[in-house]
Amino acid sequence: MAQATHGVGGLKYDASKRARPAELNVFVALLLITAVFEILGRLVIGDSFLFNTRENVVGLFNQQRLEVIILQVSIVGIIAIGVTQVIITGGIDLSSGSIVGATAMIAMSFAQVAIVNGNPNPKAIFPELGWLDLPVIVPILVGMGCGLIAGLINGSLIAYTRIPPFIATLGMMVAARGMSRWWSTGNPISFPTESYAAIGKGLMPVVIFITLAILFQLIMSYTKYGRHCYAIGSNEEAARISGIKVEHHKVLVYVIAGVLASVAALVLSSKNLTAQAGMGVMYELDAIAMTVIGGASLAGGRGSIIGTVIGALIFGVIISGFTFLKLDAYYQEMVKGVIIVGAVVLDQWRQRRQAIGG
Amino acid sequence: MEEVILRTEGLTKHYGGVHALENANFELRMGEHVAIMGDNGAGKSTFVRQITGVEQRTSGKVIFGGQEVHFKGPLDARQAGIETVFQNLALADDLDVPSNLFLGREKIWLNLGPFSILDFKGMRAATEKALLRTAVKIPNLGNSIRKMSGGQRQCVAIARTATFASKLIIMDEPTAALGVQETTQVENIIRTLKANGEPLIIISHNMRQVFDLADRIVVFRRGRIVANLLKHETSGEDVVAYITGAKTGAEYADAA
Repeated sequence: MAQATHGVGGLKYDASKRARPAELNVFVALLLITAVFEILGRLVIGDSFLFNTRENVVGLFNQQRLEVIILQVSIVGIIAIGVTQVIITGGIDLSSGSIVGATAMIAMSFAQVAIVNGNPNPKAIFPELGWLDLPVIVPILVGMGCGLIAGLINGSLIAYTRIPPFIATLGMMVAARGMSRWWSTGNPISFPTESYAAIGKGLMPVVIFITLAILFQLIMSYTKYGRHCYAIGSNEEAARISGIKVEHHKVLVYVIAGVLASVAALVLSSKNLTAQAGMGVMYELDAIAMTVIGGASLAGGRGSIIGTVIGALIFGVIISGFTFLKLDAYYQEMVKGVIIVGAVVLDQWRQRRQAIGG
Repeated sequence: MEEVILRTEGLTKHYGGVHALENANFELRMGEHVAIMGDNGAGKSTFVRQITGVEQRTSGKVIFGGQEVHFKGPLDARQAGIETVFQNLALADDLDVPSNLFLGREKIWLNLGPFSILDFKGMRAATEKALLRTAVKIPNLGNSIRKMSGGQRQCVAIARTATFASKLIIMDEPTAALGVQETTQVENIIRTLKANGEPLIIISHNMRQVFDLADRIVVFRRGRIVANLLKHETSGEDVVAYITGAKTGAEYADAA
């Protein structure tokens, strides 16, 4: 769409009438926030936030910090890719954090080794069935299957019983959390196979996050699926009259969001080498916050995966920045809260301004 | 005798005990532009809703293109070739002009089911052609509809109906919410459609507009057709008399 440049009907193309992409504003915000930490760092603790100040390390930037910034938001970022699609269609998904918990528990129990330190695995979930040392594809498929089923339930409830997405996914949030506690009666599941542990090793979460982000940005921009997401979020009735199968589409959107949440669960449990019933608590809210900070409108119709990636980076910069300034974690949470509300206020303000015709 | 594109016989719609539309016999020929007038609640919109399949008729026949039709929804009607410009503009505000024109029937470059890749070039080219055909002026096709004026939006909605080789276009008060200039623009499009020989039904309250654009005026009162007037055989006062009930067409005497 970006190459759409000229008018019709005798009107000359007017560059000033060209909309500025919302992502640009978000990107500027990212740069500004980074600059604030850079300046504060130099003033308060006499160190650089972004740049390399150690003489025994080569490179202009502080490589390690950059890696941490993106690594710590990659897993929630994967969830946010799905949440962005849901929000663009005008919905909301509160269940992703709980889907992470349930999926991590269930998938991990299919990824356990038989022998730990020469003894049979003491934490094995399915020892009598011999479901140990399974190829890595089994827990991956089981995990993604969990996400798919959860998404299918969410989507069908929303599309066919017409209950608000907030309620449907709130129900799933509570139910899936219960599921993750029930699965091993609250016990953590550990000792994954080497191949499973490789999924989230090192910078793998970043690689998976960026790959999925690029894939879904392309899908949202260039496919029928993407167009219909925006159309439904923009004017559901118009979409229906135009012949879009709104119900089918909604189910598909929630299924994709569920599967992405389960991918996040696979990466997270692999990275931590354990699955716990409390995994992913509050992730749904972080994912929604990244999406909203990234320029998506909770009213639907607007947003992009690129924006959400930048939103995730803003999150990462803030968390890293606070650690860098040696401030307590309490402040992080408080500032995160302020930023979430600030982003929504900004969105409202943008909408009002557009409604006036600005 | 020109070919009849749409005919209704005894079209009737009751909402419970309310007789919103009673025994409407109506005919539209190829290339003809007919205006429907009448007071609020006279049955104009009800009539249109029965034709476009938005509602299901209580009784009567709708014959479109020589065949009796039973549309289950607006989509059915659209597929048969009836395009409707709704009062509440069925546009997606956040999409640009080509996406709105092709909403629900996108041109596909590579078919991958729901993830089919769109043919943006093809849609743009077709959009430019359609807008030229309707003489709509829009400065930048790539902008979202949200940023456009009411007139431009209405023009896009109308251009959409004209893009898809429709057999019949129905407009329900297309200029009710528009300013003077924008109304002129929409009226120009309607004239272009007339020149192209495309049949049209327009619901309007604007007497000047009706006399400017229509060949024939059909007046509804209290759910019934009370007059069927050729434009050059009638006058504004005449039409008002029919609308208010001061007069009733001779052939409709039993309706009053």
